[in-house]
Amino acid sequence: MAATKVMTLRDAVSHFVGDGAVIAMGTGLEACIPFAAGHEIIRQGRRDLTLVGPISDILFDQLIGAGCVARVIAAWVGNVGAGIAYNFRRAVEDGVPRSLEMEDHTNMTVALALDAAARGVPFLPSRTALGSDIVRGHRRLREITCPFTGDRLLGVGALPLDLAILHVPRCDRDGNAHLWGNLGITLEAARAARRVVLTAEEIVDGAVIRSDPNRTLIPGFLVAAVSAVPRGSHPSPTQGYLNRDDRFYDEYHAETRTRDGFLGWLDRMVTGSADHDAYLTRLGTARVESLRPATPRLAAPVDYGL
Amino acid sequence: MTAGRAAGLPSSGGLSLPGDAATRRQIMVVAASREIRDGEVVFVGMRLPLLGFAVARATHAPRAIGLFENGVIRDSPPAGPLITMGDPPNIAGAVMCTTLLDVMGHLARGRVDIGFLGGAQVDRFGNLNTTWVEERGRRVRLPGSGGAADIAALSHRTVIIMQHERRRFPERVGYLTSPGYGAGGRWREEAGLARGGPARVITSLAVLGFAPDSHEMMLESIHPGVTVDDVLAETGWALRTSARPATTPEPTADELAVLRRFDPSGAWTG
Repeated sequence: MAATKVMTLRDAVSHFVGDGAVIAMGTGLEACIPFAAGHEIIRQGRRDLTLVGPISDILFDQLIGAGCVARVIAAWVGNVGAGIAYNFRRAVEDGVPRSLEMEDHTNMTVALALDAAARGVPFLPSRTALGSDIVRGHRRLREITCPFTGDRLLGVGALPLDLAILHVPRCDRDGNAHLWGNLGITLEAARAARRVVLTAEEIVDGAVIRSDPNRTLIPGFLVAAVSAVPRGSHPSPTQGYLNRDDRFYDEYHAETRTRDGFLGWLDRMVTGSADHDAYLTRLGTARVESLRPATPRLAAPVDYGL
Repeated sequence: MTAGRAAGLPSSGGLSLPGDAATRRQIMVVAASREIRDGEVVFVGMRLPLLGFAVARATHAPRAIGLFENGVIRDSPPAGPLITMGDPPNIAGAVMCTTLLDVMGHLARGRVDIGFLGGAQVDRFGNLNTTWVEERGRRVRLPGSGGAADIAALSHRTVIIMQHERRRFPERVGYLTSPGYGAGGRWREEAGLARGGPARVITSLAVLGFAPDSHEMMLESIHPGVTVDDVLAETGWALRTSARPATTPEPTADELAVLRRFDPSGAWTG
């Protein structure tokens, strides 16, 4: 085991994201999307990745447009603010910048596929999506007959991950992470993955984590690397740390309508920015500051007294 | 996707309408709110259904509970305007924030009375397409299901909210993302679906329902100022209508006051 899990995001991506890896990101649905980590994957030029997510926001679109992705396993690929994600469309419809294999899911089937992997079973049964064209000819979804009742069910095959990259509010140096806000499929992804990489708004003392163990939703023994990346979810929100940058989604939508437009965006915001700090500087201090939550809403403390 | 997550046809801007948009959208939101009965558990969706949920709670359904697929359970409107269900104002003041599988588990268990859906296309039997459409001879890839196929499969009933345009109302969807009544009749039971199906389609022109046995879509009421011919012109098959369709009730003063409270700038209904 490494002496420390705490490292720069550059080192975390360099050590733990290999070409061809199966990676879950954006597991919190519209919030806590690890954009900074995705951008670093683009900078380091990873290729042939399989991206896994529920609804997936424009982070998947960016990685697809940058040519990093061979396959997407997801329930929805778009721009949650503006609808269509143009790089995704160009890749699926025209093979630009490269062909993209799409494994369509529903939010529930992708969650169950990860949960099956997390539980070490080959599949889990469900009654969802029966009759949907999504199921037809699907490699991981199959109609089955219940051995107990004879009911027709949907078998959802396990989807083990090489890696889950998660943006969390706070964790300690061992990767024990406190999460709050909506969880989406974050916990299933962490359990289904061979390794977990965390980007965190804050790395806190272990005593902070142990002051509220019910809020620890990812135990550190699952975690390989921890990087402090404040505002690493921009433009998506992280509750209590960063509000959503709504304008960014509309600007991205307009600017990436053409391939050339996207390449200009990519050069300016990602490959032309050395790291996440440079990206935030490019956005402008005033804009980043305006996204800081203005009004604290603290939870009432709980008493773990003896 | 759930209703309101932007997934319209590529060249269209969601639910925006020219001209008398404000009135039509207010009618749609209020019609959606009236589908919610007091005490029901609602799979909410975003934008118009979210407003509909707020109106219902503030008027006739004060004990309705809202579920969101990202894991949020609320018994009150969000603490501020939202673009997505994951925005901080939807978390603050929630009853519970949990996992997607927890919330979907309630849905699968049969605890969700009503779910709201939208899509690029809806057909004669209430099937939704949010995956592939054909435009001017070219296949166009849309974002996909999100949670919509789950909500369509597992809610006790669903309400579909749509812009009423001919290209959005084909007789049969080219790709069935979220099941309505399939080919009609007992198709859902034969597919293995445990319950449910669409109860209403609320459009920019009309409110539609489904015939009891055939489950074919039929016109129930037209919005004020709309004619049956307007509806037929924007529907891609010979829609069943009655000789004298009802007029969709206009929002009451109370309902409009609540709408203004939750959408003060008119961003959604203005």
